[in-house]
Amino acid sequence: MTAVNEIRYVAATGALGVGVDAEALDQSLDLRPHFIASDAGTTDAGPFALGSGTAAFPREAVKRDLARVLIASRKANIPALIGSAGTAGGDPHVGWVLDIAREIAEENNLSLRTAVIRSEQNPDYLLGLYREGRVRALDAAPDIDEAVFARSARIVGMMGVEPLQAALEGGADFVLAGRCSDPALFAALPILRGFPQGLAWHAGKVTECGTMACEGRHGGVITATVRQHEVILRPVGAGLRCTPQSIAAHSLYENAHPYLHKECSGTLDLTRSKYTAIDDVSVRITDSAFIPSSDYTVKLEGAELVGYQSIMIGGIRDPFILRRLDPWLAEVKTYIYGAVERVLLLSPSQWTLSVHVYGRNAVMGRLEPDASDMPHEVGIVVEATAATQDLATKAAQLARQPFLHHGAPEWTSGTTSFACLHNPAHIDRGPVYRFNLNHVAVPRTRMEMFRTEFVQLGRPPR
Amino acid sequence: MKLAELASLIRSKNAGPFILTFDIMFPDDESYLRVKSSGVLTIARFAELFRCQEKHVLFFECDNARAFKFSIPRPIVQGNLGDGDMHGGQQFIPLMDIEVP
Repeated sequence: MTAVNEIRYVAATGALGVGVDAEALDQSLDLRPHFIASDAGTTDAGPFALGSGTAAFPREAVKRDLARVLIASRKANIPALIGSAGTAGGDPHVGWVLDIAREIAEENNLSLRTAVIRSEQNPDYLLGLYREGRVRALDAAPDIDEAVFARSARIVGMMGVEPLQAALEGGADFVLAGRCSDPALFAALPILRGFPQGLAWHAGKVTECGTMACEGRHGGVITATVRQHEVILRPVGAGLRCTPQSIAAHSLYENAHPYLHKECSGTLDLTRSKYTAIDDVSVRITDSAFIPSSDYTVKLEGAELVGYQSIMIGGIRDPFILRRLDPWLAEVKTYIYGAVERVLLLSPSQWTLSVHVYGRNAVMGRLEPDASDMPHEVGIVVEATAATQDLATKAAQLARQPFLHHGAPEWTSGTTSFACLHNPAHIDRGPVYRFNLNHVAVPRTRMEMFRTEFVQLGRPPR
Repeated sequence: MKLAELASLIRSKNAGPFILTFDIMFPDDESYLRVKSSGVLTIARFAELFRCQEKHVLFFECDNARAFKFSIPRPIVQGNLGDGDMHGGQQFIPLMDIEVP
């Protein structure tokens, strides 16, 4: 490989499945990029994707976006990288996207030497690390013990640049990665070609959300040019512009710390980063630093089953009930817990009844500053969560009558207090998961947590 | 003047499932510096508004982005039973009414 004086790339979209601007992507190929990449996952949707092994986007949306990326990358004869496949990046998620990619390759007569990098973790392997003190808590981590690994429905490790670099060096046309640091997808090749880590990681950090770092309309794509002393960011798409403030502001987004971003191999430090406008739409970044760490750490994400859930949605309008809503709800809940214990033999510690009062404090919970202001009606979501769907459904069924018929003392007899939205009143929600790890693993070697397999998709290579 | 009238954006968002982060951004240096020099945004004020301990609040003044940032552990972990805001996007409201002299 001859030395290059810059690496150019295109970030096709902020999330595979949300939409890829095909016209802008095609236009961006004029830049002669060295690769196209897109992130496909997040924890933002909640723990269900990771726990259940399913994606948060419909197959059709992911297929549409992935086809645009793969067709553009073959047209330009450059690699395409997709990270955090299928929302959560577990093995079923990777398999799901691999199947979609195979279909795209066959339908479009593409030939794709594909590196599949799996990042789902074996619970026994993690238990071994834990026993050696190689699992460390991050800020606000839940307390864990040895049982957490076997109890989890699924645990993934978030890969850094190293497995991606190995895949690129192996000649992959398409790198399909499980759970992956978003910026790593974009930093892998620039770092492999010898560009400074601070600039390479920073460029990845800005571009991983697509054109979200830009001002202007939606759509388009964002491109980056990584050089030895600077990164140039430039959007492609009418009306889009990067400004020093939009790029600086984006580094704050979804991060607890505005300047320090932890990766497997160290910390991206933006404390001294400078942002300057090159023209109306392009921004130069300089002076970003990367502080290598002595330990190589891999962030873990885990989800475990909480139980199964049924919900009931309704509302209350009666002012006599609303003016003493809290005691009214407490009385109803006590009655329901008793009824469930009598009928289903479930003690209150064996299931959970949650009540969300919309119009009052359902959105902010105990942080709501105006919870004492009572509106003229409230919306109520009742959640029954138990060990099986059968029990959750029956608990929700037992909740309906107490909500309907717990009256107000101002009325002499039988009113119906709760306006059910549906018939049947309950909706079965299936399994419910929770995140159970905010930890890093310290593997014995950098590559041992990730497994790479090369497969050929579509027609054989020429 | 209230903070919401001076800021171009006040937002809250998950920073992972366990942390909630708040960004307050301004359209120009004048409004940003007015808030910065007023001293109304402090860890103590934030801890009071969001009913948490001061030691759990991170606070940053980001001059190059004309932004302030606060981060706290989520009151309820994202998606746990009882959480009513999966993306953490609607938790910034108490910041809007902060009076800026």
